[in-house]
Amino acid sequence: MKQMFKLVGLLLAGAALWMAAGMPDSGLKVGDTAPDFRLKNIDGKMVSLKDYKKAKGFIVTFTCNTCPYAVMYEDRLIELHKKMEAKGYPVVAIQPNDPSVQPGDSFSKMQQRAKEKKFPFAYLMDEGQKVYPQYGATRTPHIFLLDKNMKVRYIGAMDDNASDASAVSKRYVEDAIAALEKGKDPEVTSTKAVGCTIKARKVN
Amino acid sequence: MTMNLLRLLSVSLLASAFLLSCQPKSKKIATPAPSELMVYESFDDFAPLLENKSDTAYVINFWATWCAPCVEEMPYFETLHERMSGEKVKVFLVSLDFKKDLDTKLKPFLEERKLKSTVMMLADGRYNDWIDRVTPEWSGAIPATVLVKGGELRFFGEQFPSYEALENWVKGL
Repeated sequence: MKQMFKLVGLLLAGAALWMAAGMPDSGLKVGDTAPDFRLKNIDGKMVSLKDYKKAKGFIVTFTCNTCPYAVMYEDRLIELHKKMEAKGYPVVAIQPNDPSVQPGDSFSKMQQRAKEKKFPFAYLMDEGQKVYPQYGATRTPHIFLLDKNMKVRYIGAMDDNASDASAVSKRYVEDAIAALEKGKDPEVTSTKAVGCTIKARKVN
Repeated sequence: MTMNLLRLLSVSLLASAFLLSCQPKSKKIATPAPSELMVYESFDDFAPLLENKSDTAYVINFWATWCAPCVEEMPYFETLHERMSGEKVKVFLVSLDFKKDLDTKLKPFLEERKLKSTVMMLADGRYNDWIDRVTPEWSGAIPATVLVKGGELRFFGEQFPSYEALENWVKGL
């Protein structure tokens, strides 16, 4: 009998190890304090979140030129910025892909796309790919909503319909900001959506 | 070695716990012939595939025609299908293409590639409602692959760098 308890204990320990091994990587979670960064914008200037003196928060969006999902959200991201910057929550877009793996996301291609679409928000290159792992971004597009204390309040998709803007029924980011404006916690604090993997530099 | 043994033991423990806790479900997924394309509008209709309790490993790859790394690794899955279908391995290529692209992009792609593996389309855009139901480990980024066997699920959230890497992963090496 004692032997059996030992065996069960061993099995449980094994199960715990096995499950821990499968846990996703670290990154920011809702409630964590997000780190600031200093990244190059498409106009060549360096941008940090602390430069936004009037901001009450940030819609930090990992996005790129090349992912169809990111492209589907471009117009909505522009609209979101226009609407929310007025309330103190600008969009700050960060392009996390390594251009040596994804040439369509080079700095000059970013400049070109921003010009074509007249991006009203900062579109920053995650040079050296240091910022997206700190945030724990895994795909494009991937949004991290921060409040004025740099605290993460929402992580996920902008809304619940990537392919059809007219069929959106839940505007997660807007709803979360509305809650923050009322001094409340957002009702939905994280969502998942299909997107493109972030293209990391290949290590040889 | 000890780690592997522990894992093996725990897998079997979890598998048996899973089997004990779940009543057999009558709902079975139809596995179509490779030539026909099954389109699932709702995740609920697709979900039974992920509950595979048989001893055949279901290798389920989530991809899309617009996803370059997915298309790059696709030949490895075709090779897996060719080499290992006699060894209780079944490959499912689940397209997450947009419904609007079914006739214009997905079908021509399949026509051109003449894939041997079973291809399905999962066209349920309510992602947040079902991504966690595949596995909470998955963020939703593709490519992503799961292996389901005996009610157990394993997840791989990256592009496979080679056929060997895929085969080793399937074999649990």
